[in-house]
This record gives sequence, structure tokens and C-alpha cells, in this order.
Amino acid sequence: MSQTSAPQAPAAPSPPPTSVQPRPRLPRWATAAAFAGAAVVAVLLGVLTALNLVTFVLYTAVVGTLALWAVSRRVEGRRKAKDRLVTSLVLGAFAVTLVPLLSLVYEVVRRGVARLDGEFFNSSMVGIIGPGGGAYHAILGTLIITGLTVVMSVPIGLLTAVYLVEYGTGRLKRAITFLVDVMTGIPSIVAGLFAYALFAIFFGPGVRLGIAGAVALSVLMIPVMVRSAEEVLKLVPNELREAAYALGVPKWRTIVKVVIPTAIAGLGTSVTLAIARVIGETAPLLVTVGITNATNLDPFDGRMATLPVFAYYQLTQPGVPPEFGIDRAWTAALVLIMLVMGLNLLARLISHFFAPKTGR
Amino acid sequence: MTSTTPSTGSTSRAPVRRLGDRLFAGTSRGAGILIVLILAGVAGFLIVQAAPAFTAPRADVPGGHGVVAYIAPLLFGTALAAVLALLIATPLAVGVALFITQFAPRRLAQGLGYLVDLLAAIPSIVYGFWGIAWLAPRLTPFYAWLADHLGFIPLFAGPASVTGKTMFTVGLVLGVMILPIVSAISREVFLQVPSLHREAALALGATRWEMIRMAVLPYGRSGIIGGAMLGLGRALGETLAVAIVLSASGGIVTFNLISPDNPSTIASNIALQFPESTGIGVNTLVASGLALFVLTLAVNVLARAIVNRRSQFSGAN
Repeated sequence: MSQTSAPQAPAAPSPPPTSVQPRPRLPRWATAAAFAGAAVVAVLLGVLTALNLVTFVLYTAVVGTLALWAVSRRVEGRRKAKDRLVTSLVLGAFAVTLVPLLSLVYEVVRRGVARLDGEFFNSSMVGIIGPGGGAYHAILGTLIITGLTVVMSVPIGLLTAVYLVEYGTGRLKRAITFLVDVMTGIPSIVAGLFAYALFAIFFGPGVRLGIAGAVALSVLMIPVMVRSAEEVLKLVPNELREAAYALGVPKWRTIVKVVIPTAIAGLGTSVTLAIARVIGETAPLLVTVGITNATNLDPFDGRMATLPVFAYYQLTQPGVPPEFGIDRAWTAALVLIMLVMGLNLLARLISHFFAPKTGR
Repeated sequence: MTSTTPSTGSTSRAPVRRLGDRLFAGTSRGAGILIVLILAGVAGFLIVQAAPAFTAPRADVPGGHGVVAYIAPLLFGTALAAVLALLIATPLAVGVALFITQFAPRRLAQGLGYLVDLLAAIPSIVYGFWGIAWLAPRLTPFYAWLADHLGFIPLFAGPASVTGKTMFTVGLVLGVMILPIVSAISREVFLQVPSLHREAALALGATRWEMIRMAVLPYGRSGIIGGAMLGLGRALGETLAVAIVLSASGGIVTFNLISPDNPSTIASNIALQFPESTGIGVNTLVASGLALFVLTLAVNVLARAIVNRRSQFSGAN
């Protein structure tokens, strides 16, 4: 806007367009210089108020941004200055976002590593008051319940995705797509209440069963599974299907022998990510499975321990000398994070190593 | 195959329906229908279990004033925490999405996106641990300062909590939890902005920010709104992070964000009360869960409608 100042347009064309001088630009080191200067100011400000890492970084960021903006506005003009300001803000937003991630991982590792020992993995909480004890029963419970969830969710999710991609038409397809979207938004605690309500009808009020927890987790896992499997199946090129049909292969064999093998890496990734999504769920298990100190491996018989619920109860009801329970809670949280991160990593690896060669 | 049927050369309008095909088509269709049934079942079983709370005498319901009086303050607390989280997360998430799609070097962008996605992978209970052990103690001096200097604003009226287990802390934790969702959807939409629009803006001499304001943001607006609403839906239903972090006292309705007395949220109240509840107490909690279900359903349906409107629109542009 400011460059094209032509209020006296009909006047003489004497000043040729080349006379529009480009505004001078700040040198490349200006940004670094501004923030280095800001760091010095930040130390001074910090001495005046309270000097620690947080105030230092905060002051440096604010002072540096403002200084750069002011200088740029003076030299480069308003528009460029605004651009620099926004760049700083956006970068700042990203940096701020990393703070919770880094601090969370650091805190959980720092506190959780204390009890990350053999006893934690091979003893349950039977008869434990004070030190010792572990999450053997809870880890097994989590594995059993998650396994049951996978057994229920993956076939339903996969078949639904196949229906949506290969068979679905018209109103039913639109309805299912929409409902799956809606289902991804069901709060986890509501899924837990649903499973409780379902089982309470058959087993009476106050029921706590491992299988009920698996049903609750399935409600959460199925939509995730459908969504990602659908995306993966859509990626299978139509030429492959058409080639199979042209050879006279029935549709169902085309799906089983051509479409799914082509998409198998993506499907593996979907399943792994869906497991990672539900393995850390606490609320539905708290409501449906409860907690116990002993090792119960039968999901059809009473309460079971699960890792997230174990962590929750160890933190909120740690026992009489609280530090031991709290230590166990943090270690459980650490194991949980390692499980989830490991599954995420596994998913990346599957999609990286088993992805079909696209030929492009 | 063809040799067995003599009339194969003629117009075989009806294709052969093989048994395998019918079975497979039927099973996958059945799986789809099962999903519809599950969703209906969620609503149905919740209503069945919640019904006794509505028909019971008002004095029998926990709190002693009927189910509506029990749920209303919880609903208020839920909405307050979720809106607070949304206000904190949305600007940050849009900034992060802009950074990853428009500012970061292209080779780094994917890795940075993965880093933000990691935030979504962390289980909600771990956020609770982090909120109470790392975040809350660091916020207490800030709360004291707010109460001293900005106490005239009702939001910060104080007295400041000394533990940091306040509504504001909950808002921050929930904000961090929904940030990856909002940011992921914004990112997706920003990436769909036609590069012709962006290049045209740059070719006309726009700075990067002007290009973003004129080409990226108008195109991505519905994505941002839809993503924010999905985040809102998530924040409404968050359970254990809130249950661990918030120091709640039942039945309070207050906008004071930094005091030790806070309204509870529906989900965290269920998690805290359910293990010890029996009889009509359970039915009341299920009723509050039903209210939460309806609320999140409404928010999600609206959010999906907004996001999908964009996706129908984007192909042609």
C-alpha cells in the first residue's frame, strides 16, 4: 500500500517507476543481535526482580521481540516490522508448547526412575504396607484387558472400514461415517458408564469385571480403528481392484487377497496407534474394573488391577507413609508413558519398513 | 466357469451373487450397523440406569435437592474448565500450526509435527500427575500476585489457593491436552490452502504475515473453528486430569478461578464419587454422565458439521 502512493495520478509521468527506492533491509545478523542484546537487558532486569531461568528466558523473548520490532519498524517500515513480530510470536507459541512436553517427560522420568526396579515388575501389592510392592498384577491386568479390547475392536473396526470403502453407498454409509465421527468424541468416562450400565443389567448393581472394562475400551477404540483403517484402505489404488475384477476374481477375494495385503502396513500402524490410544485410559476402567491388590487374571471374575488405575490409587491413596505409594505411582506413570511411546514408535516403524513401494 | 453356462454370451444383467461375496458383504455391513447399535446402546443403557434418579424422591438424591440441582453446578464447572482450556489452547495451537506449515524449514516440519502429536499420545492420568506435581506448585506465587494486584476482577478475587489446585490450573492442563487436537486439524487445513493463492499473495509483494492473513487464515477459518470445537468436546469429557488436579467442593458456582473452592466437573465428579457410591447415588452419577454425553454429542456434531463443510468445499478451490 505505502509504496504505491499515487494520489496525484494524472500528474506528469516524469518520475519513472524505477525511482521507487526499496526500503533498506536489516542485515541477517539483526535478529541474533536483537536477542543477544535482549539477553543482557534480561540479566539486568532479572537482577532487579528475581533472576532465574524462567524470568531470564521470558525477559529475553519479550525484550528481544520488542527491540527487533522497533528497529525494523524504523528501518524497514511498518509492514516488515509486523511480519517480524508475527514470526517471533509464532515461534514463541511453538516454544511454549514444548514446555509442557519436556517438563512432563522430565518430571515423570525423574520421579519414576526411583522404583523402576525388578521388584516393581514381579511383585503385586498383596500384604504390602510401606516400601516394596509392585505393579505385576496391574501390568498383567492391563495386557489382558487391552488384549480383549483388541480382539473385539479390530474385527469390527476393520470390517466397518471395509464396508465404508468397498461396499457402502447412500444413506447408510453417510450415517455410519457420521456416527463414527461422533463416536470418537464420546468422553471416556461415558464409555465406562455405558459398560457399567450394560453389565449391571445382567450382573446386578456394583458389578466390577475385566470384560466390562474391555467393552468400555472397545467403545473408544472402534471409532479410532475405523477412521484410520478407512483412510488406509482409501489409499489402495483403484487400478489394483479393477485389475483383479478384470481377471474374474470375486469382490470378496479381491478385498481379502489384494486390497488388504496392499494396505497391511497401514493397517498395522492403525491398530498400533489405536492400542496406544486406549492403553492409557483410566476413567472407564476406574468405573468398570476397579482395583485390587491381588493378581486376578480372569476377566470374567471380579475386580482386576490395571496400570492406569493402579497409578491413580497409589497417588491419591498412597497409604500411611505416603512416599512409598507415591513413588510407585510415578513409576507406574513412567511405565505407562514408555508403553504408549513405544507403541507410537512401533507404529512409525511399521509404516516405515512395511509400506508398499508406490513406484512414484 | 464360463463353459458351464451355455447362455453366457447373452446379456447377463444380474451378476452371479457368490456365497462368499454375500457372506463378506453381509458381515462388513453388519459391522457397520453394529456401530450404529453401539451408539444407540450407549444412549439407551445410560437412560435406563439414569431413570431412577429422576423418579426418586428429591431428598434421596445426593445433595438432597433433586437431580437437576445436583447436576447444574457440575455442568457449570465443566463448561467453565472447558472454555478456559479452549481460550488458552486455540491461539497457541493456531500459532503452532502456522509455525509448522508456514515458517519451519520444510525438512524439519514433519518432525516438529510429530513432536506436537506426542502431546496427544500422553495418557490423561499422566497429565494429572504433571499438573499436580510440576505445574500447580509453580503457579502459586503467580496466583498470590494475581489476587494482590488484580483482585478487583471477579475472576481473580481470591483468596489465592496455596496448593495451586485451582480452576485456572485445570484450564491450563486441559489446554495443553487439547492443543494437539486443535493444532492437528488446523495444520491439515493450512496444508490444503492452494499454493496458487499463497504464491499469488507473495508475488504481489505481500510479506509472509500478509500472505497468511489474506490467503491462509480465510481459507483455514472453518478448520480452526471446527478443530477448536473438537478440542472443546475433548476438554468437556476429560476426567482424571481434572480429578487429580482440582480441589473441588460440591455445589459451588463461582467464576473465581484461583481460590481453593472450585466447582467440580461432571467427569471428574463421577470418577471421584463412583467407586464409593451405591443405590440411587450411582443412578445420579449416571444421570450426570448422560448430561455430559448429550453436551459433548451436541458440540461434536456441530464441530463435524463445520469441518465437513470445509472438506466438501476444498476440492474445487
